[in-house]
Amino acid sequence: MSTQSPGRLEKILSSGGFAVTAECGPPRGASADVVRKKGELLKGLVDAVNVTDNQTAIVRMSSISASTHLLQMGLEPVMQMVTRDRNRIALQSDILGAYSLGIRNILCLTGDHQSFGSQPDAMNVFDIDSMNLIRMVLTMRSEGRDMSGFELNVPPRMFIGAAANPFADPFEYRVIRLAKKIDAGADFIQTQCVYNMDRFKEWMRLAREEGLTEKVHILAGITPLKSAGMARYMDRRVAGMDVPEAIIKRMAGVAKDQAIEEGLKICLETIAELREVDGVHGIHIMAIEWEEIVGRIVEEAGLLPRP
Amino acid sequence: MIVGEQKPIEEIKEIVAPYKNILILGCGTCVKTCFAGGEDEVAVLTSALRLAFKKDGHKINIEEHTVERQCEDEFIHEAAEAVARNDATLSLACGAGVQAVARRFVKAPILPGVNTTFMGVLEKQGLFTEECSGCGNCELDIFGAVCPFTRCAKKLLNGPCGGSQEGKCEVNSETDCAWHLIIERLTALGQLDNLRTYISPKNWSPSLSGGPRKLVREDQVI
Ligand code: SF4
Ligand code: SF4
Repeated sequence: MSTQSPGRLEKILSSGGFAVTAECGPPRGASADVVRKKGELLKGLVDAVNVTDNQTAIVRMSSISASTHLLQMGLEPVMQMVTRDRNRIALQSDILGAYSLGIRNILCLTGDHQSFGSQPDAMNVFDIDSMNLIRMVLTMRSEGRDMSGFELNVPPRMFIGAAANPFADPFEYRVIRLAKKIDAGADFIQTQCVYNMDRFKEWMRLAREEGLTEKVHILAGITPLKSAGMARYMDRRVAGMDVPEAIIKRMAGVAKDQAIEEGLKICLETIAELREVDGVHGIHIMAIEWEEIVGRIVEEAGLLPRP
Repeated sequence: MIVGEQKPIEEIKEIVAPYKNILILGCGTCVKTCFAGGEDEVAVLTSALRLAFKKDGHKINIEEHTVERQCEDEFIHEAAEAVARNDATLSLACGAGVQAVARRFVKAPILPGVNTTFMGVLEKQGLFTEECSGCGNCELDIFGAVCPFTRCAKKLLNGPCGGSQEGKCEVNSETDCAWHLIIERLTALGQLDNLRTYISPKNWSPSLSGGPRKLVREDQVI
């Protein structure tokens, strides 16, 4: 899993380090300043920043351009790319463009269905799925060819990421799917937020048994909770999310003005526990529209300074 | 079969309003089976329209006629005189039927009275489900006879996605997750290895994406 001009994330992971990534949602508008402000809040605190691609099917500044703004500030982006909106021709073209701009990491996703977004009237694409996208980026990188077999003058040497959800059904199949993503070409995996530690550990155990943790870097997803309401909402309404009752109760058990502190405590305990899990090579902090908290999490988890 | 649903009466009223004499033309095959455009539906729609227009004080003459299939010339011919007698024809066939009738009667307005929705099956009385989108290159053999291109909301070839929960699709909790069904089916068939195999991107060129399709059967051409 080596690219030719590795970015920071790849260097850290391949040298056995514990990586920290965060997330930056581009604005619903054309302001680069919004991106830069978020970038400032994360600078020096994380190794790379995921830039979402029209997340939840809501139109936002493109992932490529927001990634480029971060790059110009000295941050390392992980450009997210979904197959919902672009066919294989557009995807390949954007990957070439992204690499030419200096982007070195890509996270390959299928994307949220447009019916969840603000423009459900839209036609979706889904020409290929996330698995195919992973393989496509790998072929472009390692064979230096596009999907038609045409030789690329400069191959985009991307570090390839994929998502995994240990909490979705059917559980037994989740590890098979992880194996498939690794075979397709994934170098690193970012997981759905971990609240259900038992289930996550079981998934990791199965992954270790299949030898998968030797082949891929797994970054466990973390999202700080703000309130009991948020915990309950995520558990009931967000597809593929699993927040155990004990966590919801814990959040509900403290005074409202203490909820954020309690959420942070849970978060830090989770990180400490994750660091002990064999095969977990980092964490991915998804603090949606709450980038200010990332600094505190990373610092109090003892993950500073970053290399 | 092709499944369709009759348009709401308000919409049909608007569509036929410009005409004095209309023919409501039913089709006795697919749309009959899904209760959208067979003889019975033609009769019910005719009475409903007559009543609705009468209430509005709008004069309109409606003639009824149903043929076996609107997608075959042989049957379309049977309706020729009725089509000619009227100012317009409201076809209760699927979209293919409407167009087939229209191309035979150059000067007669042929209007759609049904929303054609999908190719599917009668799951049980009153319930139809979409099963095939006519991709032109059937791969049901590897998916345990459950079509992910049609029945997975994200057309995943290597599913399921992270949102599949308790066998239901994240996009609609009333709909089965196609990938859940595929896994169940392959498990029952002892073909779980299919799940470990990477499925390459689909060749969409035999599908509608390659442009409107034609099927020529040389052996049948006369
Ligand atoms: S694979 Fe194609 S032909 Fe076969 S059921 Fe699915 S859409 Fe229809
Ligand atoms: S839940 Fe199942 S059917 Fe729905 S999009 Fe995901 S994989 Fe496809």
